[in-house]
Amino acid sequence: MSNAPVNNGRRRFLTAATSVVGGVGVVGLAVPFIGSWNPSAKAKAAGAPVEVNVSKIEPGQLVRAEWRGKPVYVVRRTKEVLSTLAAHDGQLKDPSSTEPQQPVYATNAYRSINPEILVALGVCTHLGCAPTHHKGDFEQHVSGVKDGFFCPCHGSKFDMAGRVFQSVPAPTNLVIPEHSFPTDGTLLIGISPGEA
Amino acid sequence: MIANFMAWIEKRLPLMDAMNKHAAQYPAPKNFNFWYVFGILASVVLVNQILTGIWLTMSYEPTGEGAFASIEYIMRDVDYGWLLRYMHSTGASAFFIVVYMHMFRGMMYGSYQKPRELLWIFGMFIFLVLMAEAFMGYLLPWGNMSYWGAQVIISLFGAIPIIGDDLTLWIRGDYVISGATLNRFFALHVIAMPLVLVILVFLHILALHEVGSNNPEGTDIKKKKGSVKPEELSKFTFHKQYSEKYDIVDAIPFHPYYTVKDLVAVVLFLIGFSWVLFFAPEGGGYFIEAPNFEPANNLKTPEHIVPVWYFGPFFTILRVVPDKLLGMITMFAAIGALFALPWFDRGTVKSLRFRSKAHMINLTQFAICFIALGILGTLPGTDLANNIGRVATLGYFGFFVAIWFYSKNEKTKPVPERVSG
Repeated sequence: MSNAPVNNGRRRFLTAATSVVGGVGVVGLAVPFIGSWNPSAKAKAAGAPVEVNVSKIEPGQLVRAEWRGKPVYVVRRTKEVLSTLAAHDGQLKDPSSTEPQQPVYATNAYRSINPEILVALGVCTHLGCAPTHHKGDFEQHVSGVKDGFFCPCHGSKFDMAGRVFQSVPAPTNLVIPEHSFPTDGTLLIGISPGEA
Repeated sequence: MIANFMAWIEKRLPLMDAMNKHAAQYPAPKNFNFWYVFGILASVVLVNQILTGIWLTMSYEPTGEGAFASIEYIMRDVDYGWLLRYMHSTGASAFFIVVYMHMFRGMMYGSYQKPRELLWIFGMFIFLVLMAEAFMGYLLPWGNMSYWGAQVIISLFGAIPIIGDDLTLWIRGDYVISGATLNRFFALHVIAMPLVLVILVFLHILALHEVGSNNPEGTDIKKKKGSVKPEELSKFTFHKQYSEKYDIVDAIPFHPYYTVKDLVAVVLFLIGFSWVLFFAPEGGGYFIEAPNFEPANNLKTPEHIVPVWYFGPFFTILRVVPDKLLGMITMFAAIGALFALPWFDRGTVKSLRFRSKAHMINLTQFAICFIALGILGTLPGTDLANNIGRVATLGYFGFFVAIWFYSKNEKTKPVPERVSG
């Protein structure tokens, strides 16, 4: 044994080659184990886009939809609300929506595609409670602002574009989900304009 | 006949030899104090968790629809189901109590120092796996605090740049925490994690017996072979694995001396454990939190989402950092710092008894900060609480920074050659 001729170069090559092939096998084998943790077809179907008929929403009215287990607030904002949105910019944490809490196409003054229709997740960005909609009586929370959202859990305040006020626990504006209007009166939550 | 049978076995698998090596002829320093019972207590709790856990799976249903109801079924309809479940839930808290004590013992007596670094690291891995195990187990009752606690912790991973959102989706297996998440947590909680845990415990004990037990004085009981006069040697017979390499002094065999001593500790521990079990199984709302008596509801957030008490210190560190990603990094750094403790401490004197005043103060402030962080973690995160938490976080990390500086040229007392107490 000890006197057997040894070709060290060949031995090293064979060891390395075997290790590489084995390594590829391990990576391949890991694919199904890791992949099985992805959302199943059933979960994906349950998380499919949700359709809301917005033509029936009165000005000022809030309609709740459920998408992926979360409440989505759909509000038809009045002209008055839209025109006063910019008035309280100075009291907001992120008035021009620099944090990526909305898709690119909703990064504007109204945080929406259609200025009238606000589509926002009804989930407080602090700890996930559901903020309540105050129509006309929001001045008890922020003077000078008539409409807004108030979170009953820890007192976070948002305006009618879902933008968070200063000195409240919530760190960021409400999330605007991906949404689109395939026809005038229908809103699809969970899919961006132009996507299939 | 029996002797022959035992000899037959021994020849094929040296069981008696292993027993001698690890118990009846294992040299343990003669001066262990009460801080040395927590390792055994942790093993007792581990056995309790595994046994009661197996029995709980017999009646538990790991689905989003059935989980909460099956817990009620266990509590009300299964004979002794309430007892098995409370043994398991109380055991979880007891596990952390004894493990924290066990770790603090190691810090006081420098049991992480050379040559016990790897032993300490195995211990830290046990702690890490234990936290993962407890976190996943807490989701299983599918109560509202289970749900929202998991929500908060899993959403942490969303703070990781670029891959964050996909990672959380992958962990949950759904767009929200759902039955899919519950099911995989169940699988990890009942088989994957316990398996890893048991292997780590095995390695922890093997590593311990290789380097030998430390003691409250930090003196070495294994002297160089031939350096000790025969009449000074320990009078007991130790396994040749140890006695052939070293002259062993001031040691007694682990069995029966410490097994009997530990038995007393186990009895005392079980008395306290039983008291909680029978008179305060919810641990005053700290072992089982009130919102967990209502089923998981993704549209209803509990007023204060706070973790179970044993995650308190790390949760506070997470919460007091204003940035989500930095908070997560800081929290993991808090655990990482413990892992690296053997290298932060550049001293060679192990025990607190012979180290400097600075070390005494540093370790005391660390303990106070750790407890403060733990208490804050169970309270709502008000501004005042967060500011105290920030001070305590500084104290926590300050411990590691300070020890690195003063331990290099520390003013220590002479360590006795032999165990004195």
